[in-house]
Amino acid sequence: MEELKVDMESETTQFIVVRLGEEQYGIDIKYVDNIVRMQHITRVPKVQTYLKGVINLRGEVIPVMSIRTKMELPEDEYEKSTRIIILKMEQQGNIGVIVDEVKEVVTLNNSQIEKVSYDSKEEKDNFIFAIGKYEDGGLVSLLDLNAVVVDKESV
Amino acid sequence: MDVSQYLEIFLDETKEHLQSLNTEILNLEQDPENADTINEIFRAAHSLKGMAGTMGYKRMQALTHDMENVFSEVRNGTIKVKGNMIDILFQCLDALEEYTNTIQESGDEGTNDNAALIKLLNDVLDSKGTDAAAPAEVQQAEKAINTAGENEAGKKWLDIKFDDTQKRVLREALRQGKKVYGVTVKVQETCILKAARAFLVFKALEDLGEIIISDPPVQDIEDERFELDFSLIFISDCSLDKVMKAVKNVSEIENVQGAVIESDKMQDIVGSMENNEMIYDAGQEVQETAETQAAERNSSQSLQQTGAKHNEKKNQVSKPVVNRTVRVDIEKLDVLMNLVSELIIAKNSLVSASSGERGNNTVFNEQIEYLESVTTNLHESVMKVRMVPIESVVNKFPRMIRDLSKKLNKKMELYMSGEETELDRTVVDEIGDPLMHLLRNAADHGLESGAVRKQKGKPEAGSIFLDAYQDGNNVIIEVRDDGAGIDTESVKAKAISKGVITAEQGENMTEQEIVNLLFHAGFSTSEVVSDVSGRGVGLDVVKSKIEALSGEVEVKSKLGVGSTWTIRLPLTLAIIQALMVDVGNEKYAISLGSIQTIEDIAPEEIKTVQNKEVIHLRGIVIPLIRLSGVLDVASKKSPEDNMTVVIVKKGDRMAGLVVDELMGQQEIVIKSLGRYITKCKIISGATILGDGEVALILDTNALF
Repeated sequence: MEELKVDMESETTQFIVVRLGEEQYGIDIKYVDNIVRMQHITRVPKVQTYLKGVINLRGEVIPVMSIRTKMELPEDEYEKSTRIIILKMEQQGNIGVIVDEVKEVVTLNNSQIEKVSYDSKEEKDNFIFAIGKYEDGGLVSLLDLNAVVVDKESV
Repeated sequence: MDVSQYLEIFLDETKEHLQSLNTEILNLEQDPENADTINEIFRAAHSLKGMAGTMGYKRMQALTHDMENVFSEVRNGTIKVKGNMIDILFQCLDALEEYTNTIQESGDEGTNDNAALIKLLNDVLDSKGTDAAAPAEVQQAEKAINTAGENEAGKKWLDIKFDDTQKRVLREALRQGKKVYGVTVKVQETCILKAARAFLVFKALEDLGEIIISDPPVQDIEDERFELDFSLIFISDCSLDKVMKAVKNVSEIENVQGAVIESDKMQDIVGSMENNEMIYDAGQEVQETAETQAAERNSSQSLQQTGAKHNEKKNQVSKPVVNRTVRVDIEKLDVLMNLVSELIIAKNSLVSASSGERGNNTVFNEQIEYLESVTTNLHESVMKVRMVPIESVVNKFPRMIRDLSKKLNKKMELYMSGEETELDRTVVDEIGDPLMHLLRNAADHGLESGAVRKQKGKPEAGSIFLDAYQDGNNVIIEVRDDGAGIDTESVKAKAISKGVITAEQGENMTEQEIVNLLFHAGFSTSEVVSDVSGRGVGLDVVKSKIEALSGEVEVKSKLGVGSTWTIRLPLTLAIIQALMVDVGNEKYAISLGSIQTIEDIAPEEIKTVQNKEVIHLRGIVIPLIRLSGVLDVASKKSPEDNMTVVIVKKGDRMAGLVVDELMGQQEIVIKSLGRYITKCKIISGATILGDGEVALILDTNALF
């Protein structure tokens, strides 16, 4: 289990780069509480399909959701590299999201982050708030975590 | 001075004082002559003023100061308690509460001077002349008390009365040319060992001369049966200065008032008392010659009487109560509770680890059992620490009902019982709003107007009852009224017109089902929307709030007789005894408190009634609920197998839950599922098993 410490001293932002299917996504490190290996998830009946259930994280019961289901991607296949990233959200508390792989941590300064604007009609699928540009020209989609974890159906 | 560190204490104590003022002023309204009540009010107001002053809240201090003035006049009997005065006082309390809230939020008292209120208070004060409709003599005496009280503030030694022996000693002293001093000593409010301080004062004085008499008597002072001051008459050769200095040398003394009693005045007192038969004449004589002195004596006598009453009361009330409690931050208790939970989880995993090799190692097993009993006891103790009486919530209701009574122009009385019933702190904090809502409902919708009540042959004043009591693992709180009851026909009509149900549905509903419609969101039967209740956001909020506390609310009503709202709350929220069951290879916990029996049922015993499966058990028909269906899992058992049925009850109803397998009883720690998982009503929480796995807790109440 690897633990990552939050570091927010400069104007740059650090992102954890994860893989979902073939695509790479960045998660702002300030929301990340913990990264744990895949473990047994206790199913909770009668809830939204993307809520996979709950896990025991050192004595705390934490709900776990599938970003893939939420983004209407193909179902998760749990592999050796599958991880649960525990996010610490200000309002709703902790929640785990399942990712296929945790790749690396990148540091982007503000000029490397390009905000994307969406047509408001497409808002339902709006899970990305910006595109991050690597110095070598690579791109990474930066996840809008509030949009990811919020329950659109109940809003 | 930096007082921020005291802010929390200040807020706590202010709230306590405000509450006690509320309660006592209510009492005062009922019984305006009760000296105990008035004294209690005065004391609370005085402390409030002092605290606000210390903390630098000038506006609050100003308001309490004027309130205190009024109370002080009431205590002296110059102002009679009247209805509008009580109203003004309540308004003042509201204003004070507002200050407190502002302080809590911003650390500052805000800028509202409440000048209007202060003026009202002063009007009350000014009205004292017209109020005193007593005979002229009494009035005069009262005035005398007043002037005495004002001029001689703090010089209580003037009130001291002498017996014959003491008079003789005094006369002797005067004859010898000694000086007689009257001294009143006030110790600081914060002083802890008042008796010890008083003793030091006595000792210092005895070095200088002779103490003739003290008020209260020496014995009472030694037993700490006095408030903050005591007075004494003292004979000495020394100068007043020296006497005062000696007393002031004792620490924790707030101030000392002392004066030489002039020998001619002394002569008056002593002389006039010489012949008992002469007292009255002497008194009159003096009145003619020296009016003030007579006034003083008059005052001293009547004050003596109230003083005596005062002492009597003090003997009952201020018995030295040793404070054996500690204020603990609720968060610290939460941490403690969490640690106990962790401990129980760790214990559970030890138990499950040992079960594999049970029998091999008896010592190990014994120790595990020992650990088990210790953790259970520890849990119970921590639980008890977290329990608080619901008193802190319900004691604001009498005031509320009084206000409502005026506002709605209906006469009503609130009768409360079981205020001492204890509940977990977290529950007590949350239960106030729902209860308030139910009470308002009872007052507004439940009780009829006075005229209607008379017509129906009921007493004009409506009664509302609030009863709390413990029932097994639950606490029941009942709100009952003797009002009109719920008119099911009008509820039904309303529900149909609001589109909550269709007309056909309405036809088939039982009375109870119709009554339950009241809890439906967006439902309000009041024709006129008032600011008391009837905004249609009432009962469904009550219901959801109580359900959030794992409780439930029910209503029973009889048209024309009244309604009863019953709130059932679990005693504890954190750790329960549960039965673990297996459904389709998933583990679920069912609270032991709701389980009646466990039955083994053959498939052919199942009957169907109205397309629903039921079993007939010892004369009762019980509906069956197949948990595998409710929980969306496939049962492990084939339909031909005998079924394991857990019979659970909710109130007086029962249901049979079909499970695959029983896994035994266990103490479980309830953990919340968090704010993401809210849709699942049948799961009330989760728990962590000994092997680290998460099991869900079934809310059997939600299955009915």
